[in-house]
Amino acid sequence: MEFLIASAIGSLTAAGVYLALRKRSFAVVLGMTLLTYATNLFLFTTGRLVIDQPPVLRDGVTAYTDPLPQALVLTAIVISFGMTAVVVVMALGSFIEGGDDHIDLPRRDREGPGA
Amino acid sequence: MNHWLVVPVVLPAFAGPLIVLAMRHDLVLQRVFSTAATAAQLLLALWLLLQSMGGEIQVYRLGNWAAPFGIVLMLDRLAALMLVLAGLLGLVIQLYAIGSGWDRRGRHFHSLWQFQLMGINGAFLTGDAFNLFVLFEILLIASYGLMIHAGGELRLRAGVQYVVYNLLGSSLFLAALGTLYAVTGTLNMADMAAKVAMLPAQDTALLRVGAVLLMLVFAVKAALVPLHFWLPATYARAPGPVAALFAIMTKVGIYGIIRFFTLVFPSDDALMRFAADILLPAALVTLIVGQLGVLGARHMGRMTAFAAVGSVGTVMIAVAQFQPAGLAAGIWYLVHSTLATAALFLAVDLIGTRRQGGSLWLRPAPPIVQAGIVAAIYFAAAIAMAGLPPLSGFLGKLAVLQSVRGTDMTALIWAVILITSIFGIVGLTRAGSMVFWRAHESGATPAPHAPDEPQPDEAGFPSAALALTSVGALIAAMAVLTVLAGPMMRFAQDTAAQLSDPQRYIEAVLERQEGVK
Repeated sequence: MEFLIASAIGSLTAAGVYLALRKRSFAVVLGMTLLTYATNLFLFTTGRLVIDQPPVLRDGVTAYTDPLPQALVLTAIVISFGMTAVVVVMALGSFIEGGDDHIDLPRRDREGPGA
Repeated sequence: MNHWLVVPVVLPAFAGPLIVLAMRHDLVLQRVFSTAATAAQLLLALWLLLQSMGGEIQVYRLGNWAAPFGIVLMLDRLAALMLVLAGLLGLVIQLYAIGSGWDRRGRHFHSLWQFQLMGINGAFLTGDAFNLFVLFEILLIASYGLMIHAGGELRLRAGVQYVVYNLLGSSLFLAALGTLYAVTGTLNMADMAAKVAMLPAQDTALLRVGAVLLMLVFAVKAALVPLHFWLPATYARAPGPVAALFAIMTKVGIYGIIRFFTLVFPSDDALMRFAADILLPAALVTLIVGQLGVLGARHMGRMTAFAAVGSVGTVMIAVAQFQPAGLAAGIWYLVHSTLATAALFLAVDLIGTRRQGGSLWLRPAPPIVQAGIVAAIYFAAAIAMAGLPPLSGFLGKLAVLQSVRGTDMTALIWAVILITSIFGIVGLTRAGSMVFWRAHESGATPAPHAPDEPQPDEAGFPSAALALTSVGALIAAMAVLTVLAGPMMRFAQDTAAQLSDPQRYIEAVLERQEGVK
């Protein structure tokens, strides 16, 4: 269980970082998405991994799973979903205005018009 | 419980949607309503500052829930000071945006402005680590909208980079918070501080990993080298007034570092030494890179952006001491450099809107209209940015130099600050002489209107007078800061003293909880 979760977080992060370092916006957006998945899984495990246990609010319960990380993950999912939508729209906007989907700024950003 | 504490967050949270829902077709109404809302926030912040001067730490429990379980807002001297700074910048720059007509070049400017202020105010007030993350996201998502206001290819491209970089930062923020929660089992900052102090020695490794991750996140926001790469392109390509407001966004990162490393982690000596050992060299390199950038920039927006990077370096040199004297100097310079950066961005925008094609490139161009007054404003803003007398920058630099005396790095720090100051002065001077003096070499006469300057609408805007006055107000604020240097420095010292006594925060939040659920 621990190995499964840990290797899932690790491989998602590795793939996410690799894709986020690519030079085209589509790959970068995919990379961001994978990274947020990895982060969400990681947040989920911060309350420790337990199986088949009730959350905390009940009488007479001694073993329980921590409900707070689940609430945090929910918030994080909503925010990252919204942010992904924003970055997709902005990447699309710059593709339409600029004609290509490179993340790097073109030379004329550094050297001015006519460069 | 003082309910006014939550108003700096709630007021813009209502004003923003109201503007976009009820007034989306009436720009005049938007301007009046939004300016009134921002002015109300400034007045409220001033009132909260007066309350905080006594030294009492006020706590607001949302929903009246008991402290480690519910979310709390905390008002101390630092939070109140930052609220006033945000309110002042918000109001003055908004007036500039109205006067210069920037707010009509795209849609929903005023609504986004309110959301931006909501996030900034909330980040300064909150006493809950996860709530800080949420408010950071509010602040960022509004800034994404403002950054690409008015559109354009290069602005959109720079905007994509900005969003991607900050999304990576947000992932890191969540990972840091998760790690800290896994160690301490709480997200309330005061409770976390109490838990950190009681942590058994074998658990501190994970805590330190979380703390350093958190420091990296705030360093991304503050644009400390080597995490500053997002800043120059973003600030140079953002609309002038938006870049000026962003002057306070880097300070939010510094605020986060100050808050966490004076409240939550100071009981872990090894961690604090480690943080100081990383932050001080990073701050020195940031200052060098920033001032070299000023010297090397060929674009005025980029030049100002690098000046902003440099000022972050100066603040961090003082803050990284984590001693009361250093914190006081850092807080003073933080206030000054926020005003100076904003003033310089606005001065540069004044030039840009008057030059042909809105060009900010440092190349010979025909003289601009109103060259005299614009040159005077640029001169004052550049003096403030470079830290020369008579504006408040030189007092701030003096305080920073004073605060590092007696450490074993004194000679190095003094050398770096003083030598890089010359780079900054030369860079800013060269830009000024290129724009204002070499313009006359071409022999051309000023064009009456820059082609892309919006024509006045029926309400009489854009108004050059309003734009010039609002930049003047920022410069006047720095003059006031110099004249009232004594009381202001005492307040900064009181703030630093309050920050150096985290036990009082912990008591204020976790004890004295009568009548809560």
